[in-house]
Amino acid sequence: MKRVYVNEEWCLGCHLCEYNCAFANSGLTDMAYALKGKPIFPRIHIEGNEKVTYAVSCRHCTDPICVKSCIAGALSVSEGVITVDRDKCVGCLTCVLVCPYGALSPSEDGIMQKCELCLKNSCGEPACVTGCPNKAIVYEERGAAN
Amino acid sequence: MAVDFIYPEFEVIRNEDRCIACRACERQCANEVHFFSTEREKMMSDESKCVNCQRCVSLCPTRALKIVKSDCTLRENANWQNETIREVYKQAASGGVLLSSMGNPKPMPVYWDKILINASQVTNPPIDPLREPMETKVFLGKKPDKIRRDEKGNIICDLPPQVELSMPIMFSAMSYGSISYNAHCSLARAATELGIVYNTGEGGLHEDFYKYGKNTIVQVASGRFGVHEVYLEAGAAIEIKMGQGAKPGIGGHLPGTKIVDDVSRTRMIPEGSDAISPAPHHDIYSIEDLRQLVYSLKEATEYKKPIIVKVAAVHNIAAIASGIARSGADIIAIDGFRGGTGAAPTRIRDNVGIPIELALASVDRRLRDEGIRNNVSLVVGGSVRSASDVVKAIALGADACYIATAALLALGCHLCRTCQTGKCNWGIATQRPDLVKRLNPDMGSERLVNLMTAWRHEIMEIMGAMGINSIEALRGNRLMLRGVGLNEKELEILGIAHAGE
Repeated sequence: MKRVYVNEEWCLGCHLCEYNCAFANSGLTDMAYALKGKPIFPRIHIEGNEKVTYAVSCRHCTDPICVKSCIAGALSVSEGVITVDRDKCVGCLTCVLVCPYGALSPSEDGIMQKCELCLKNSCGEPACVTGCPNKAIVYEERGAAN
Repeated sequence: MAVDFIYPEFEVIRNEDRCIACRACERQCANEVHFFSTEREKMMSDESKCVNCQRCVSLCPTRALKIVKSDCTLRENANWQNETIREVYKQAASGGVLLSSMGNPKPMPVYWDKILINASQVTNPPIDPLREPMETKVFLGKKPDKIRRDEKGNIICDLPPQVELSMPIMFSAMSYGSISYNAHCSLARAATELGIVYNTGEGGLHEDFYKYGKNTIVQVASGRFGVHEVYLEAGAAIEIKMGQGAKPGIGGHLPGTKIVDDVSRTRMIPEGSDAISPAPHHDIYSIEDLRQLVYSLKEATEYKKPIIVKVAAVHNIAAIASGIARSGADIIAIDGFRGGTGAAPTRIRDNVGIPIELALASVDRRLRDEGIRNNVSLVVGGSVRSASDVVKAIALGADACYIATAALLALGCHLCRTCQTGKCNWGIATQRPDLVKRLNPDMGSERLVNLMTAWRHEIMEIMGAMGINSIEALRGNRLMLRGVGLNEKELEILGIAHAGE
């Protein structure tokens, strides 16, 4: 399946992916209205130091440990994409503890959120990918993830 | 200095309704214009550092930014214009020669814009390039005067070496050092994909790019940086750089701060040392001396590579070109006074040299008059801005055009003309690793290929409209051109009639 990959060689650490992600998942049509003056809760995060930066989001593992560990059964795999059922999540943060990539984080209201490849919002293609100014984030087929 | 006489040239206008304080502008500005004020909880800017490169404008996700020219003005004076006064202030403060980058921005005549192209109507049919064959391929190099046959009647094929181009455009010389690794990589990959050539400039050829050798012109300039046997053999042709349109008669000076790591190895000079190209080649003081270098290079490459001699367009260009054509060179490249540069003294750039259109027309005529036009191919550069400029250049007698500014624009350059600072926010004219990585060659080469593909389509459309189906039939075809608003002398030099004639 197609996944989001990051080529850190080209990542500039501009953090635009975080804002594009937050906007894409805001459900609003105006970016300034959606994000101005508010803390943002993106599902992709820039990590690194002054020399190297790279964006981190869910790898959509073939055998996802987060799904196995979820005590409420809120995480599930649907056609390879790992999704959160907001109605079932109890906010225990177990998935945060077990994810080796640090890809899950709580949303504004404490319910877990994670990258769902922009399949549930109106973007169609991951907003972090389309908005990356240097094509550091790509959405492509590279075979199975671990 | 306590008092700065110069008011900032640009203003940074931020639409507060739109700014989401994502700080992308701050992170992307190597000039450190933007900053976030924690006390005021909003983005601020120091416009005195702004060079108007538009990086922040392009990356702002909410289009909250624009850069405008400051309307703070000195008292109007047609003689002492604002810019002139600012330059005096700058020199009074620094005591230095003014430096500038890219091409001459002064409102000098652009003859391309005063030349119009013909089209076929009624008595001769235009050609539709989408339905009929249209040849844009050109070969650069010395052409034989006549066809020779052996006793059996077979053609004796001893054609001197040629450079084959899928279209009459080449990327002109920009050295590794003046532009970044990724810029060179983009040019090399695009040239290879397009079937044209790019030019190493005088900084040598990075070891990673030898694989693009078939689409590379290797340059030998007065500093001889990075020149060795394998380098000479790597390219499709060798170019001897005698001069550059932006700074005729002036050498080059790449500051030691840009001679880092790979640049130093490629140029074969110590890290941190200034790379100074002398104004003259110290072994060339005559056409005979030039001939020696041309034949030294031919000897070194077993007569398999065409030799290009590149000169700036200056007053006696026709006589100079005639000499070069007799020196054994295969191709003459002429660079007009609007050509770009990574750094040149402002006064030289803006006041020395002549327009390429006039230089080209007079060189082509002189070589034809002397019966030596077929000895050489002519390549012209120095602000060839579009497909129609290319068509006009070919109709004036050029075999191909050199483009560089247009290529850099395709890579993201916004012509802010501050290459000499080495802080190019677009990753082109810089060696700072964090800035260089902003130019992803996957994107850069794709944009170059797009640009050239578009130009090729346009060239074919224009040729088709004229009823011409090959570059060969367009070359030197001045009947296809008419001048507008030009005086008798200009028309005479260009060798074209006025519109209506």
